[in-house]
Amino acid sequence: MKVAVITFPGSNCDHDLYKAAQQVGGDASFVWHRERGLDGFDVVLLPGGFSYGDYLRPGAIARMSPIMEDVTAFANSGGPVLGICNGFQILCEAGLLPGALVRNSVLKFRSHDVRLRVERADTLFTSAYQAGQIIRVPIAHGDGNYEADEETLKALEAEGRVVFRYVDRNGEAVESANPNGSWHNIAGIVNEAGNVLGMMPHPERAMEDILGSTDGVGVFTSMMNSLSTAAA
Amino acid sequence: MSQYRLEIRVKPRPGLLDPQGKAIHHSLNSLGWSGVADVRVGKAIYIDLEADSPEAARAAAEEMCRKLLANPVTEDYEVALEQEAAAS
Repeated sequence: MKVAVITFPGSNCDHDLYKAAQQVGGDASFVWHRERGLDGFDVVLLPGGFSYGDYLRPGAIARMSPIMEDVTAFANSGGPVLGICNGFQILCEAGLLPGALVRNSVLKFRSHDVRLRVERADTLFTSAYQAGQIIRVPIAHGDGNYEADEETLKALEAEGRVVFRYVDRNGEAVESANPNGSWHNIAGIVNEAGNVLGMMPHPERAMEDILGSTDGVGVFTSMMNSLSTAAA
Repeated sequence: MSQYRLEIRVKPRPGLLDPQGKAIHHSLNSLGWSGVADVRVGKAIYIDLEADSPEAARAAAEEMCRKLLANPVTEDYEVALEQEAAAS
């Protein structure tokens, strides 16, 4: 699995992603945002961080980067694209995912572990989990409040495109488990075709026991497995 | 070609929660302005632009808003032609 980790000025989770991809046997490379072309890559990862200092809006400037034209073409041809945190924000700004991520309703930067319910285990990114499984991974963001127009929100739910939801210890998507005010406790969504996932929590920071959780590994093994199945 | 200055006002869309505005609202209330009914926080962007006409300057600014300056999901925008610099 050849993995491209796109690095923007201000990305700070690119090395974590690189290492996560390698941990599951991926052949990872950094691709600088001004480079062009993603030929030969099987997966594209957009890391977290604060590209361009979040100027204007998080992700708004990064999505104008030259490489984003190639990321868009890659996604439109069915290639798997995963955007985490700032990567999710960039995917929304680029129009590869619907909606937008606005300031946390609590006005605070939230940096702590959350519980997520895996809503679907039949995606490229979640096949290593069970549907309904509760996983624990960290969040670290100030703008993670998922918003979209009503039509989009209805479609996301009706089409089962919410992949991760913030939940409490009982697995319920209650308000007290919602760290940022996201509509319906949304933590991650996929596009219509199912090959582009955006999520605010950081599975790449939950890859080893020493980090406090290994629950994030499944995201990366899922991608690995789906690609080896496709190749077989 | 003339030089134009544009003021672009980007505001959170009605109905969208604006936590920043809410926090400022609370502060104003606690400072004694009990009559403050609502506060919304947007931003203003000032652009100096060369264009053939005021209409062309405005049209360019509208396109900038659509492509970059505002996010149609969460923000509305207004373009105001602030001044036309003296023609050289």
